[in-house]
Parts: sequence; structure tokens; C-alpha cells
Amino acid sequence: MALPSDVSAPVAAPVALVTGAARGIGLATARALAASGHVVWMSGRSAETLAAAAADIPGARPLVFDVADPAAVRGAFAEIHKTSKRLDVLVNNAGVMRGAPIEMASAELIDATLATNLTGVLLCCQYATRLMARSGGGSIINVTSIIGRVGVAGQSAYAASKAGVIGATLALAKELAGRQIRVNAVAPGIIETDLIAGLPPEKRAATLAAVAMGRIGAAEDVAPLIAFLASDGARYITGQVIGVDGGLVM
Amino acid sequence: MKTLNEIFAEALMIDIGRVTDDLTYNSIPEWDSVAHMALIAELEGVYDIMLDTDDIIAMSTPAIARDILTKHGVAL
Repeated sequence: MALPSDVSAPVAAPVALVTGAARGIGLATARALAASGHVVWMSGRSAETLAAAAADIPGARPLVFDVADPAAVRGAFAEIHKTSKRLDVLVNNAGVMRGAPIEMASAELIDATLATNLTGVLLCCQYATRLMARSGGGSIINVTSIIGRVGVAGQSAYAASKAGVIGATLALAKELAGRQIRVNAVAPGIIETDLIAGLPPEKRAATLAAVAMGRIGAAEDVAPLIAFLASDGARYITGQVIGVDGGLVM
Repeated sequence: MKTLNEIFAEALMIDIGRVTDDLTYNSIPEWDSVAHMALIAELEGVYDIMLDTDDIIAMSTPAIARDILTKHGVAL
């Protein structure tokens, strides 16, 4: 029996871009999206690290660029457009975290933090929106931080950047809903990644004591939520900021 | 392939006779920011290009659009 044409027609695999995908939450997310059938573009600044990360992910496509460099962002999206012709999911995960008391936060530190964590997010959203709109919609997931919601001493630039990501998420959710582009954010708490690897033991212990569930999270605790927000199961969810913090903030 | 003026007329939902080289962004109600992005999407789709953000901002008349598309290698 012949199948109706809309069933027999080949369905293109959804295409995702995960920034900061060489390690941590980005890498776990790339794996989760690949497992759910996405073609995953994995971005990072180091070709070598990225190639190693992408090696065991089926169909992964490494894309070396710095989200803080507008020309590089433009080139990266041009490459996605040229090769994949579409983009269904953008995960803005790339981030830097450099702490300093406010009196010692240099202009360079502030600029670099905002350029990667906030401007980079906006630039990627800008280009992703154009590709998504062409194919009828998409899902953007911005990785912010619990620090952007409640702050932490010595991380004013980082907190400002992540609070900015929350504001951008809410604004873009409103702006893009009519084009069927959903925009959400996840706000991880204390996650075992390179970003917290340098914490002194006493600070680490004090931080852990504040986590109701009594353990530091793993990147794999965050990735499933991102994969869900990327999926059709989340098709009516937009403009949300969802904490993944083991009860750090309730 | 559609002509540039046809693309403008369809994206802005106006009669093609109103598309002149000096028709200017925001000078008519039909060419607002929403229609502008529809126009950009149509141009990128028809000519299989990806415009720079600066180009999108600068594309304020059909004449300028022609120059920008030419810069991107589109033969008009």
C-alpha cells in the first residue's frame, strides 16, 4: 500500500548548534542532542580540543569560532547555512568566568566577560533567528547561571553577564514567538565543570552546604533539560528560566 | 527567477508599481521592521546567500539592495 506523500517524504534531521561544546555542559548537551537525532554543530575556540570532543559523537560537526568575535560568528552561521541549509536548535552555552573583587575588576576583564557571555549570545541569536525563521521556527536555549539570579561576591561581571542573558531571553521570547521560535534559559547551580574547578576547598564546602540535595551537579544533570527544551515536547514553552541547581535556590 | 522588484512587492505586500529605486524603508506603512525581515528572508532564500547584519540595516531602498546583493555575488 502506498504511503501518503507527506509520510513517505524524507524528513531532514533537525540541526543544532551548541556553543562551548568542547567540555562540560556543552559537551553533554551535544551528546544528548545527537542521541535524539540531531545533526550537531559543536563550536569552540580550540580546534584540537573540539575535534577530540566531537570524535565519539555520531555526525558531529566541529566549528571553530569565538562567539565574542562578530566576524567569526557571521562566518560560522554562513558555514551552517551553506552546509546544512537550516538550523532548528541553538544552545548558547559558551561562557567565561573570571572572578575579582569589584575594586580589582579590570576593564579588560569586564569587557571580555560581557563579550563572550552576553554579546556572543545576542549575536548567535541574531543569526540563528534568520535561519530558523526560514524553516518555520526553532528553539533557542540560553545557558545562564544561578549567579545571574542571586549574585555571588567577587563575580560582578559574570553575574551581570548572566543576568543580561536572562533579560535577553525574556525579550527575545516575546519578540520571536510569532515566528514560532521559542527562547528559554536554563540556570545551572553548582555544576562540576572547569568553571568551578579552581574553587578553594573551603569555598567549595561552603557552597555545597547550601545545596539542598547535598551534592554538586554534573553536566549530565543539565543536558537532558536542554534537550527537552529543544524537543517538540516543549513546543508550547517559551520565555522561561529554569533552574537546575539541586535546590540551591527555592 | 523572480525579479528584485517582484521580491520587494511580495515581501512588502504592495503593488509592484510602487517599487521604485528610491522607495525607502519606513516611508510607507507596509515597509516596517517585520516586513523588512520578511524581505531579507525572501532575498536570502531566492539568492541562497546570508546577508551581514550591517547589510540588513543598510538595505533601506531597492537601489541599495541591488548594490548589496551585487557585493554578495548575485547577478541581477
